Amino acid sequence: MAGDTKTVETFVEKPATLARLRQDIASGAVKAVDLAGVYYDRIAALNSQLNVYLSLTRERALAQAARVDAMAAKGDPLPPLAGVPVGIKDVLVMQGAPSTAGSKILQGYRPPYDATVVSRLEAAGAVLLGKLNCDEFAMGSSNENSAYGPVRNPVDPERVPGGSSGGSAAAVAANMAVCTLGSDTGGSIRQPASFCGVVGVLPTYGRVSRYGLIAFASSLDRVGPFASNVRDAATMLGVIAGHDPNDATSSPAAVADYAAESDRPVEGLRIGVPAEYFGEGLDPDVRAAIEQGIDSLKAAGCTVKPVSLPATRYAIPTYYLVATAEASANLARFDGVRYGYRSPASATLSDMYSHSRDEGFGAEVKRRILLGTYALSAGYYDAYYLKAQKVRRLLAEEFLRAFAEVDAIVTPTSPVPAFKLGEKTGDPLAMYLADIYTVTASLAGICGVTVPCGTTPAGLPVGMQVLAAHLKESTAFRVAQAVEAAQT
Amino acid sequence: MTRKVSVEDVERVAELAHLELAADETPGMVQDLNAILDYVAELNELDTSGVAPLAQVSELEGAGGASSLRADRVVPSLPRALVMAQAPETDGAFFKVPKVIER
Repeated sequence: MAGDTKTVETFVEKPATLARLRQDIASGAVKAVDLAGVYYDRIAALNSQLNVYLSLTRERALAQAARVDAMAAKGDPLPPLAGVPVGIKDVLVMQGAPSTAGSKILQGYRPPYDATVVSRLEAAGAVLLGKLNCDEFAMGSSNENSAYGPVRNPVDPERVPGGSSGGSAAAVAANMAVCTLGSDTGGSIRQPASFCGVVGVLPTYGRVSRYGLIAFASSLDRVGPFASNVRDAATMLGVIAGHDPNDATSSPAAVADYAAESDRPVEGLRIGVPAEYFGEGLDPDVRAAIEQGIDSLKAAGCTVKPVSLPATRYAIPTYYLVATAEASANLARFDGVRYGYRSPASATLSDMYSHSRDEGFGAEVKRRILLGTYALSAGYYDAYYLKAQKVRRLLAEEFLRAFAEVDAIVTPTSPVPAFKLGEKTGDPLAMYLADIYTVTASLAGICGVTVPCGTTPAGLPVGMQVLAAHLKESTAFRVAQAVEAAQT
Repeated sequence: MTRKVSVEDVERVAELAHLELAADETPGMVQDLNAILDYVAELNELDTSGVAPLAQVSELEGAGGASSLRADRVVPSLPRALVMAQAPETDGAFFKVPKVIER
């Protein structure tokens, strides 16, 4: 159970693979109920130090585990995630269970329905352990914006796990769940996966239903899985992906067998490397690890070539205008009227709105609401928001042209490894690159996988981001698995 | 040439967003809103005449967007009792709020 002994205590522990668990549960060697118990014990031992879970859904989990055990005992064929302990980011609703979105404004809120992804996981047999800590309303990149305290990186608890899905990444890294779900609007799955040394998936926009995801930016938000290895991440995606009539933006495109596809060799694939992602601000240790990863793709028979994405720098202003504008609209519903926090003793309705929001929202959330409101306000909408959406088309088209030349584009997921709590990252160039690396794919709607790609000499995980064209998750998984295989 | 954001602009935006800024929060917000203007200036470097805004990435070629709308059918929604159970104040049928007072 113990992690490696280092000068700093580490809580890293690799979960079993889905294949291993499936074998053990089907044979009866492991009872799903006992497995859930093991995970709850580990959560009890570690959560006060890492602050990964905000609430546990024990009754529901154990009832599900018992159902799985009954099926196994009868020799019934087991669904793909039978008995697998899974954690759910607290921006995804589970009926009757607390759902805070990391905010005080939803403290005590118990949603009246399940998110589609939750229903699908459960139909696949997954045992849903509880709700995972995150930055408030998914706004942040270090999990330091949670109203319920920061999550600590299991690799080094003095460091951040990344964000906004910090709890989701940390849970897998510390084996407090086998797989988890998070959400990604501007990098919130990819960056924490990279910081914690686990696999994270950014599905194509519309690939996975957003029904039951507490919205941040509706044209950018995606739900995606975390796992300890690429094949398991692919299996998770296969379970949650697919059209949902409850989400008008969900895609009717067929869902591939991502796990099987991820095993396919990569020989002959064309890999693009964009110079814009390898400039000043990239930590030399990160660069070295990524270059080794790229070399391993060459050794596996890929053709590696430079690609040019000159509009990349415009992604930052575009993202800030689009994301904050959409957030200001989505967070208008938190007003103390129908659910969540209502400020006591307000004389007027107008006071009730502003007091509830002032007292319920954290500083970063308020800041983004104000920026977005400004961008959308009368007289500025055309020049600000609409202009940004036009530039967005140019960015997306630039990616499409690149994907006519290459099958996948690889970049570092983050320019720096996990930084210390309270430190942010001191270098403005690094912060600039950090945004660039992830918001570009967010704006274009394309898909990607981040896969562990070595560590810095100090032992901090480095992630490689593998981007692919819309609905080409299979290609991203194939390349990511090749990188993963070369690490062993 | 670049427009600068004023304290009045910030207060107006806060009012629109139903947020109240404390006096010590306002200078920071002025700075942040000015940063927006810098972002916009950057975007204006690009010629987007004739470019349609991209609000839904799924409309792009190969992005998997749906080509048809769903049938216009009424289906059950959430049970009222479940929803009202989360209300801060309710009579069971309606959400109760303070009186709206004319300014």
